[in-house]
Amino acid sequence: MAIAESIEDKLDVVQVRKHFPIFSYPENAELIYLDSAATTQRPTKVLDAIRHFNEEYNSNIHRSAYKLAEKATAGYECARLLIAQFIGAAHSHEIIFTRGATEAINFVMRGWGEKFLKPGDEILLSEMEHHSNLVPWQVAAQKSGAKLQFIPLDDSGELELGKLDDLLTERTRLVAVTHASNVLGTRVDVKRIIDAAHEMKALVLVDGAQHVPHSPVNVQDLDADFYVFSGHKMLGPMGIGILYGKEALLDAMDPVLYGGSMIDDVGYYESTWAKLPWKFEAGTQNIPAVIGLGAAIELLEEWGMRRIEKHDRMLTGYVLQQLEQLDFVTVFGPKEHRNPVISFAIQGIHAHDIATFFDSRNIAIRSGHHCAKLIMKKLNISATARASFYLYNTTEHVDLFVDAIHKARGYFARWI
Amino acid sequence: MDLDDLYQEIILEHYKEPKNQGTVADANVHVEGRNPFCGDEIRLTMLVKDGRIVDVKFTGSGCAISQSSASLMTEHIKGKTVDEVKELFKEFGHLVRGEEHTHEHIHDMDELSAFQGVSAFPTRVKCAMLAWNAMKEGIEKELEKYGE
Ligand SMILES: Cc1ncc(COP(=O)(O)O)c(C=O)c1O
Repeated sequence: MAIAESIEDKLDVVQVRKHFPIFSYPENAELIYLDSAATTQRPTKVLDAIRHFNEEYNSNIHRSAYKLAEKATAGYECARLLIAQFIGAAHSHEIIFTRGATEAINFVMRGWGEKFLKPGDEILLSEMEHHSNLVPWQVAAQKSGAKLQFIPLDDSGELELGKLDDLLTERTRLVAVTHASNVLGTRVDVKRIIDAAHEMKALVLVDGAQHVPHSPVNVQDLDADFYVFSGHKMLGPMGIGILYGKEALLDAMDPVLYGGSMIDDVGYYESTWAKLPWKFEAGTQNIPAVIGLGAAIELLEEWGMRRIEKHDRMLTGYVLQQLEQLDFVTVFGPKEHRNPVISFAIQGIHAHDIATFFDSRNIAIRSGHHCAKLIMKKLNISATARASFYLYNTTEHVDLFVDAIHKARGYFARWI
Repeated sequence: MDLDDLYQEIILEHYKEPKNQGTVADANVHVEGRNPFCGDEIRLTMLVKDGRIVDVKFTGSGCAISQSSASLMTEHIKGKTVDEVKELFKEFGHLVRGEEHTHEHIHDMDELSAFQGVSAFPTRVKCAMLAWNAMKEGIEKELEKYGE
């Protein structure tokens, strides 16, 4: 029994990989995909859910009395329920469908920020934010006269949360911070930030795009006011993301898009808005993507977020342990308690040249600033190479990755 | 896809020891090229007089392809007329994109042909073109001033 349990406790990667048709596509036979922080691969279950919708019950939702539309509406709303349960929301109408994390943040910027921010207010961000949780707040501040403040990033790749007490003032209206860094892999203690912010009566938006795929989340335990993430980074389709907001906050916000489906009553000169969540879902939605995301969540739950987290932690430990021994490799970000997102530099070789070399060995990694220029400025670099691992990656992939680092050094050795 | 086609000896040499580094003191063209996706940067200064590139220098940071391309470009455009350089720009573009082109080769591409290998690596075309695009933009701005 104990043995059975311990086996069950481990993610069976060989089985998991069979769910992803891209890995058995002949041209990809050699592919080692290490760019899941950019987007994850899609399992058959998700692709099938989308195909079934398109082939068997394509129709618009909430608008018609016939059976097809009933089925589409049920599929759509069922996914909303699954997502609410997945992140521990109190109500499914606190789940708003958007195009992605970026659009979700923009919804809060427009619907909440433009309504409530005033000159002299402060918005607290961190130096570790993805541009999608930075640029909207720059514009919100410019429009409203609010001021931006930043939680600094230290040399080890952690946020200096010790400075929170100084940074949070009675003028702070909102803290917008990432739950996990897409560059450094840092996992942020957002609970601590939320508690401190709430003491000062500030709201907190958490960017969970890099956290939700890797670990269980409970927005009520966190007491997050807003929580956003993207479907395509957690086995779901592109073009779908989630804005979670506490009911009272979403109710107080203005709609962001106006038009069909979001109204309660319409007159010649004015209209009233539908209840949550439809108030924020104007126009025809990306229904197949919603249904696909629902299927992705079912699969994640079947495999188990705890098991996935453990697998990711094992891979992270294994890769860091190997890279630590290489004096010509720099790994950015914390040594422990981090996600399997590994930004690194090889002495004397630019990140692009590393990525091209890896590609020649069929290892897909990313290079660049990863939409986080504040981190680059802080680290005083212009680009990093980044390998990000997920549930379909194995220790063998780590070995091949480390081997490619050695080979890259050999290849470029004549001119470094 | 052979890496050696991309990273030819001459390219690596220019990456290691770029030519024409710095700023032209009496430059009348100052232009920056930036690749927003990867953070590669080129700052180019040129002295353009009587329709001729009299002097050109650059500073920058980035990958082997973008920096060596900048270095080789400065060597090849110095002393040429603006019209010749514009033509060279076109030819270089065709070369790195691997495009067939009908117009005659009026220039000997000599060392620049080392960038032919880039055409097999579409994601690196923008690296090779970074300095060239900046150069063209700079020259066009300068010419505009005189209503050309
Ligand atoms: C931390 C973080 N936030 C936000 C985003 C934006 O997500 P999307 O492009 O899906 O809107 C990303 C995606 O790269 C991310 O890594």
